[in-house]
Amino acid sequence: MATAPVILRARGRVAVRQAVSRASAYLFLGASLVGVFVLLLLAYETISVGAGRLSWDFISNYPSRFAERAGLRSSAIGTVWVLGLTVIMALPVAVGTAIWIEEFAPRNRALTVVKLNLANLAGVPSIIYGVLGLTVFSRFFGFGSTIMAGAFTVSLMILPMTVIASQEAIRQVPSSIRDGALALGATQWQTVWYHVLPGAAPGIITGIILAVSRAAGETAALIMIGAFTFIAFDNTSPFEDFTTVPIQIYNWTIRPQEEFRENAAAAIIVLMVAVLSLNLLAAVIRERFRRS
Amino acid sequence: MSVVSEPLHAGNVHGALRRRPFSRWNETVVKGLLAACATVSLVTTFAIIFVLAEETIAFFREVSLSDFFLETRWRPLAGRPSFGIWELVAGTVNVVIWSLVIAVPIGLASAIYLSEYAQKRTRNTLKPMLEALAGVPTVVYAYFALNFVTLDILRPVLGNDVPIFNAFAASVMLAVMILPTIASISEDAMSSVPRDLREAAYGLGATKLEVATRVVLPAALSGVIASILLAIARVVGETMIVAIAAGSTPNLTLWPLSTIQTMTGFMLQVGLGDAARGTVDYQSLFAVGSMLFVITLLFNIAATWFVGRFREVYE
Amino acid sequence: MNLVRRMSSADRSRSPLLRLAILGIIALFAVALAACGDDDEATNGDGATNTGDDGAIDYGSLSGEIRIDGSSTVFPISEAVAEEFSRESDVRVNVAFSGTGGGFEAFCRGEIEIADASRPIKDDEKQACSDAGIDDILEIQVGTDALTVVANPANDFLECLTVDQLHEVFKEGGATTWDQVDPGFPNESIVWYYPGTDSGTYDYFVEEIITGVDEAAAHTSEGTSSEDDNVLATGVEGDDFAIGYFGIAYFLEASENLKAISVDGGEGCVEPSAETALDGAYQPLSRPLFIYTRTSFLTDRPEVAGFVKFYLENSQALVPEVGYVQLPDDVHAGQVAKIEAHLP
Repeated sequence: MATAPVILRARGRVAVRQAVSRASAYLFLGASLVGVFVLLLLAYETISVGAGRLSWDFISNYPSRFAERAGLRSSAIGTVWVLGLTVIMALPVAVGTAIWIEEFAPRNRALTVVKLNLANLAGVPSIIYGVLGLTVFSRFFGFGSTIMAGAFTVSLMILPMTVIASQEAIRQVPSSIRDGALALGATQWQTVWYHVLPGAAPGIITGIILAVSRAAGETAALIMIGAFTFIAFDNTSPFEDFTTVPIQIYNWTIRPQEEFRENAAAAIIVLMVAVLSLNLLAAVIRERFRRS
Repeated sequence: MSVVSEPLHAGNVHGALRRRPFSRWNETVVKGLLAACATVSLVTTFAIIFVLAEETIAFFREVSLSDFFLETRWRPLAGRPSFGIWELVAGTVNVVIWSLVIAVPIGLASAIYLSEYAQKRTRNTLKPMLEALAGVPTVVYAYFALNFVTLDILRPVLGNDVPIFNAFAASVMLAVMILPTIASISEDAMSSVPRDLREAAYGLGATKLEVATRVVLPAALSGVIASILLAIARVVGETMIVAIAAGSTPNLTLWPLSTIQTMTGFMLQVGLGDAARGTVDYQSLFAVGSMLFVITLLFNIAATWFVGRFREVYE
Repeated sequence: MNLVRRMSSADRSRSPLLRLAILGIIALFAVALAACGDDDEATNGDGATNTGDDGAIDYGSLSGEIRIDGSSTVFPISEAVAEEFSRESDVRVNVAFSGTGGGFEAFCRGEIEIADASRPIKDDEKQACSDAGIDDILEIQVGTDALTVVANPANDFLECLTVDQLHEVFKEGGATTWDQVDPGFPNESIVWYYPGTDSGTYDYFVEEIITGVDEAAAHTSEGTSSEDDNVLATGVEGDDFAIGYFGIAYFLEASENLKAISVDGGEGCVEPSAETALDGAYQPLSRPLFIYTRTSFLTDRPEVAGFVKFYLENSQALVPEVGYVQLPDDVHAGQVAKIEAHLP
């Protein structure tokens, strides 16, 4: 015969402690939802203020003194130029550095120096990179406030995070693959180029996409090299002055007129769509290749 | 030439080896190029320090160290200029304190929830959402700090006495910015605490809350501290939110509802204008920049040290 | 995302002390080099192409790049002209506003083609240009500004201030609360908003209101100083007891949210407006607005010549649209004659 289960009920202080514990669970849950809540609130605010301004005209117009006529054209083109050049310049150097660190470097002091130095650089504020860019690229090399100066500055800024992400990706490649290739007589470089890199590619690509999305939102560093100007033309060469979408957002945000704030909100929607798409792309790539 | 142009596998190795082997020269060139890539980062650090140092030294030829560190007012462009760094430092400390006051409790509570209470599925949905906050460009937060926090919240609630540029609005959005840092890293630290510790506490009759706050949190303390130090470094280095929302008025105060200027805000202001090179205004940009660089570096290194200590205990 | 990964890979080093040491060595080396080295002066890059066709009238055939920088007061005019010009021509014009002083510096370094200015060029600035080999500076007046002192509309006690009162408010060591300016005003702290020291507006205000009243006085350094007049407007709009000043265009742009204060220059209270600036009643804060370029640009660079001609052709219409005061017709004709002398 089965006996009825005995349920022990806590009493007195123990009961209180248990009740507090159960209640606190909701408190903690609430806290972790604060972040999400804020995100949704900000999204709602932006969309309600700015969605009305979104139109093809908004994207294809140049900035203007008239808020209704002002648009993102020159800043969007400038952003694309800067990001494009940044990827071209930063990706090879970052991947090269990561390969050197993981595959080729002799395990000695030089390696430690490089690794620690990268860790330091990753924490340097972006405005310091702006000051570096101003002094070295704008003034010393004479690039002034052109796209070249901006691209160099931003490349240096995203270099540490891209190297670290590439390092992680390379490390994930199982050593059996390397050993196999080496055992068959491949040189180190052949092993890396034909076996390690293809395996690390998804991680590296994810890393560069995230770095680009970071660069897309960068404002302070580019203001320091002089990109805060009124541009009413399409950039067709990297030696021209430029502006970017985040700087345009900054420009419109600090204007007292209500209409310009609507412009800023609409521009934020455009920027966030771009940034979120990039992040989503990175996440998708990461997931897809994790399965295979 | 000498490059083997297809991937080696069991089938073609023999053939590959019979062709001219990959020349050693090529391999050396490649190694050299890769090492050159690695030196880019070293050169960057060197350049940053050189650039900052050069003008900072020039600055200190004009302004004495005692003026910089013992004066309190920062008025580089006044008729009788004064170069006391403390007003700018106070501005930075102001926003650091208030953003931590908001972010640390919420961040830790989130971390506790994610590591102790949440189901795996909840954790896997919630954590990425939290980390999405880290990807928002700071100029977007700046827009909200000025338009939403000050205009739509602070003024209706606290009245029109609230200055339009104030430290609190900036601190709120800074807190949102660093929330993922604190929550994510603390959660990692807490998850790494071995289960035995928890089991032992449960065995002794502790409730979940007690385990979380009296066993796990203390055990993960180094990791938690590291996350806070990292968050501080990020706040100190942040420019756009404070430049747009906190103001451009150097002010020696920690009261959040005042208009202030941070170190980064000042640097941006100089960058927006066009101070003549060789003048002390231009050089002040670098002096403040050096200070900023040193402070963020120290916090980052301290954070690493704490993580190291945490790992030591559990590995 | 990155931050978590960064922590876990960076912490592989058990010795942050080593990290500090390595940094210290690099730093020592770099600082030593910096201290011993001489100042690297910047070389300037000239990215402008110069393949314009002839034809100052046919704007559509011009090409090249024109960089404009300088006064934030004149900026709205130059921005408007650049915007209209870009509809007619492919010339790339970009306009920045680092302040009148900053504009002249960039001009003397050869970095820009046109400098906007809300005050005339100073002798030492002319000297600096001359030292750099630029001796053919051409000053062109494009309009007049009624420099406007603004307050918050909620402020009901500020209607008119004399020059002496303005001096008291804005001088270093002057009034800190409103009742010190006039016993009838409330006992509230003054909140100042004024342009940065690179600004021609600031220089002009100092000359007329500060040193103009007392040679030895200086402008206050309390309150908020900003190169960006929008920041000043937002500031004054937001603070009940604030006072600020900038070009009248910025006031008119935000006029629902700001109040202009009449200035008593000795002949009674005069409100700033196009009329009072034009007929000279608004004193002493009426001031001319300029652009500066080089006569050699007018003769050698068709795109600059075309742009400057376009500027003057349209300034009488655009200047009032933007909010300033256009030149009297004879003065304008004089400016046109000035540039015609150098056009091809």
